[in-house]
Amino acid sequence: MNGSFVSLLSIALGAILVGNVVFTQLLGAGPFLGSSGSMGTAVRMGTVVTLVMGLTSAVCWPINEYVLGPNGLKYIESAVFFLTAVFLVQLLDVLVQKLLPGRKPLVGGRLPLAANCAVLGVVFQNVQNGSGFLQSLTYAVAGGLGFLMAVVLFAGVRERIEFAECPKSFEGAPIAFVAAGLLTLCFAGFSSLNVFG
Amino acid sequence: MNVGKQIEEGLLTKNPVAVQLLGLCTALAVTTSLLNGLGMGLCVLVVLTLSNGLLSALGPYLPERIHMVSAVVVTASLGGVADLIVQAFFPDLAGNLGLFLPLMAVTCVLLSGAGVYAYENGVASAVLEGLCRGLGYTLVLVLVGVIRELLGKGSFGEGLLNSGRGFQVFPAQFAAGGLVHPVGGFLVLACVIAAVQGFLARPKKAARRKETVRR
Repeated sequence: MNGSFVSLLSIALGAILVGNVVFTQLLGAGPFLGSSGSMGTAVRMGTVVTLVMGLTSAVCWPINEYVLGPNGLKYIESAVFFLTAVFLVQLLDVLVQKLLPGRKPLVGGRLPLAANCAVLGVVFQNVQNGSGFLQSLTYAVAGGLGFLMAVVLFAGVRERIEFAECPKSFEGAPIAFVAAGLLTLCFAGFSSLNVFG
Repeated sequence: MNVGKQIEEGLLTKNPVAVQLLGLCTALAVTTSLLNGLGMGLCVLVVLTLSNGLLSALGPYLPERIHMVSAVVVTASLGGVADLIVQAFFPDLAGNLGLFLPLMAVTCVLLSGAGVYAYENGVASAVLEGLCRGLGYTLVLVLVGVIRELLGKGSFGEGLLNSGRGFQVFPAQFAAGGLVHPVGGFLVLACVIAAVQGFLARPKKAARRKETVRR
């Protein structure tokens, strides 16, 4: 695969629409449901996840290519990537507190962000596919944007659900799951979309 | 140490998936059959139990501020070992789980809240807690997996029972194939969570009504 603009665009559109992180791959369903309660939280969480995803992929790619690969350390890659994500989220948190004093720390604590299946899943996919640096970065950022779009769309849906009558047992999480399932069904419509061949 | 209470909390009242809504991404994605749900559940069960025990034993020697990082190191290493063992001995299962096998460590860290319980309790209690929560997780995954496989493909235990062929309960052409796709995960898990919520709300109606009014 070459790094031309069209191929990168194809990767990006594929990651946002066809293989949406949340709806098609079911990665990051936890933070997806946890942060879609209100539109504000959704936008904030989506943005931070995009940032963390891009950053983690950008850092993990050279680690994998120049440190783990040549030294035959592939078997500890999952632990290394996980730690990298934790480290980056901590770093980001410190930076945010230093640069923007008075701001609340990152959304909902650091753990849900670092131990996020979406962030690490994208990193693993990049490694498994053997993507180059630019492709990895594009895929990660687009995956994050896909997450942002999904969570914002879903926050809109949930605002409506709040006022809907539903069976007692389904109140709260279950009805949100059903709605998410229907959104998933909508996104299944993109599965036959062939972006630029 | 109250064994009965811990078992009840892990399996039902504080079930990690159905009540606390943790580890959802694996619960949704890998539960396309009994084999996948059970395989993932057992992996998490073992890793969670071992990591809880280890962290509880290490706890007194670790300074407070590296608690989260050490929980990640221990759990991710154990998860990596489990990942390699599954790849070596159960290649079919590893193929089915795919991307979610290396993500098992993430699930375990989420389920144990980065070892919060383990650090504050004795080894035996922490091991029991990991075991109960792991069992609760496995239970939900198996339940969702069985429902999706049965209604989505009409079979039961494919790749696991009856020397790998499974039992065809009804012909596959009458099955709701959509249930093995992502949408099925959401719908079936929603029903399972609703069932648990309904069951838990049953004895204490008054408390639940108050909650509704507050909302």
